[in-house]
Amino acid sequence: MRDVAVVGFAQRQMEEFDGSPTCVELLVPIFAECYEQTGWSRKDVGFWCSGSSDYLAGRSFSFVQAIDSIGVLPPVNESHVEMDAAWALYEAWLKIQTGEVDTAVVFGFGKSSAGVLRRTLALQLDPYTMTPLWPDTVSIAALQARLGIDGGIWDERAMAEVVDRSLTDAEKNEYAVRAGGSSVEDLLARPMFADPLRKHDCAPVTDGAAALVLAAGDRARAVRERPAWITGISTFSDGLHLGTRDLTGSDSARRAAAAVDLGGVEVAELHAPFSHQELILRRELELADDVRVNPSGGPLAGNPMFTGGGIRIGEAARRVWDGTADKVLGHATSGPALQQNLLCVMAADPAEGSN
Amino acid sequence: MSRTLSAPVTVAFDYTRSVGPVLGRFFTGLQERRLVGARLADGRVVVPPPEFDPVSHEPATDFVDLPGTGTVTSWTWVSEPVKGQPFDRPFAFALVTPDGADVPMLHAVDVSSPEEMSTGMRVRARWAEEPQGGINDLTCFEPVGDSEAAPMVEVRGAPATSLETLVDEPVTGIITPVSLDYVYAASPEESAFFRGLAEGRILGQRCPACGKVYVPPRSACPVDGVPTAEEVELSDSGTVTTFCIVNVPFLGQKIQPPYVSAYVLLDGADIALQHLILEIPAEEVRMGLRVKAVWKPREEWSTTIENISHFAPTGEPDADYDTYRHHL
Repeated sequence: MRDVAVVGFAQRQMEEFDGSPTCVELLVPIFAECYEQTGWSRKDVGFWCSGSSDYLAGRSFSFVQAIDSIGVLPPVNESHVEMDAAWALYEAWLKIQTGEVDTAVVFGFGKSSAGVLRRTLALQLDPYTMTPLWPDTVSIAALQARLGIDGGIWDERAMAEVVDRSLTDAEKNEYAVRAGGSSVEDLLARPMFADPLRKHDCAPVTDGAAALVLAAGDRARAVRERPAWITGISTFSDGLHLGTRDLTGSDSARRAAAAVDLGGVEVAELHAPFSHQELILRRELELADDVRVNPSGGPLAGNPMFTGGGIRIGEAARRVWDGTADKVLGHATSGPALQQNLLCVMAADPAEGSN
Repeated sequence: MSRTLSAPVTVAFDYTRSVGPVLGRFFTGLQERRLVGARLADGRVVVPPPEFDPVSHEPATDFVDLPGTGTVTSWTWVSEPVKGQPFDRPFAFALVTPDGADVPMLHAVDVSSPEEMSTGMRVRARWAEEPQGGINDLTCFEPVGDSEAAPMVEVRGAPATSLETLVDEPVTGIITPVSLDYVYAASPEESAFFRGLAEGRILGQRCPACGKVYVPPRSACPVDGVPTAEEVELSDSGTVTTFCIVNVPFLGQKIQPPYVSAYVLLDGADIALQHLILEIPAEEVRMGLRVKAVWKPREEWSTTIENISHFAPTGEPDADYDTYRHHL
């Protein structure tokens, strides 16, 4: 296996982006930041891969126009996934492993505010027995939340603690869309939105884009003193049938964890768009109590669709670059109630653990 | 004035889906006011029946008839319903474990406040007056009132469904309409283009790196990946670089075929604009034909390319191939 590292990261997040859903306008300065961080031009990038969704944009092949932001003459080696940018990163990591390329830029973008996000996401459910009822993502998460509360696995106080910690940390994140710590009591006093979830238990609808830079071996060392070497990467999915899943846990998160070495992880950026889901992930990933979770504020502070998972990986990678941590985790999720989970373990030492 | 123009757009399609043998059994059952589940390899009875066992991956073949009563295993209050949900006023979504099943199914419960919902409450199916085929034939669940408390129906070795159905024709396909509403915003460059059209002007933008003029303008030059800020007003005359004679009628077509859809390279532009060619027999349209925009009456103008009704021949001699060979 080649040593591949995350060596660049840039992001934009806002409540409502008033531009085109192609997001070219957001991506141009993001790529400029990546070039600034690496000293590269687009000619140094061996492979481009994006994550986005036509359903968010409301048009087919919506991702094609986004590549105007790259400058694609002469033609570039490019791919796309109708998924979060974290999976675009997985594809790029694989591409580099084949030896075909040594560097890659992956990016995600999405204008959730163009439609009704929680309704649009009903299209990812079983089209025969579920989508015709249009179960929104918030309702599904709420059903999961109540299962845990009724089962004594977590409670509203624990959920509020996740929120308070996240929004307090978000105060230091210039990209956060929602920020400001208060107190657990204050949070519990606020009204329900989707009983038992309150608005702050749910990630805010966010528009945005982000890009990550990958490089192999010496290409990475030339860019960063402390590259965030990917020492483990895994992705698993649970089935579509909601009833046969144990929603108080996440089988696929557990299987993803078993496929990598999470021992010694100091910082974990977890893509939990709902507060109780952070509690599920901590348990399924067996994170020790002293692991610092979502120092960025996490998705409860801002969660641009199809980008939020990639942002978790970028935020985690930064902690390796700046010397805050030697081993970190970036997690991404997709699908209803933590159905799909990707783990990206990064470390200052490329030989740390084994995958 | 807002930075960008926007307009509502709805994307809709009525998907028709064949259901196959497993879901067909389930949907036929709903029409007959029966809940049909399947027993999996591990003995669990699951509703709706999965087409393939999630553990053994074998097709489900062991079908089970269930009574339409059940227990709420989880619930939430939908305080702000979205379009298409079972009710257009606040209601409950719930996980309901039907009597005789081992896992829950997701559906709505018709109550008027969250105070009426509780985990463990008993509910029964409410069936559609006129079944259409599909999950909505089970309209929702409703609470079983105290006065008519239905005890938990003990279903021992739940009866297997009979091979013969009571309806004349089993369900083989369902229609699942999808309709999504968006507010579509143009980019600042496209907005400038449309605002220009409202004034009878065609505006392009020039890339500072390669000098090419794009119309409609794009947020970045696709060659160089840099924003194209310099505005360039273009002539409304140009050259046909390529064209297509549309003969085939299709859904949503606005013009009667045959008609000509063409790429017109406006004088001053580096990429061609797509529009209609009229006032010339279709078979006479050719590459190099010189054409000019025919605008609708000014009072009909808005921020739209439709201000130009079509392009018509100017009568000039055809443009030299060299003038457009690099724009094909």
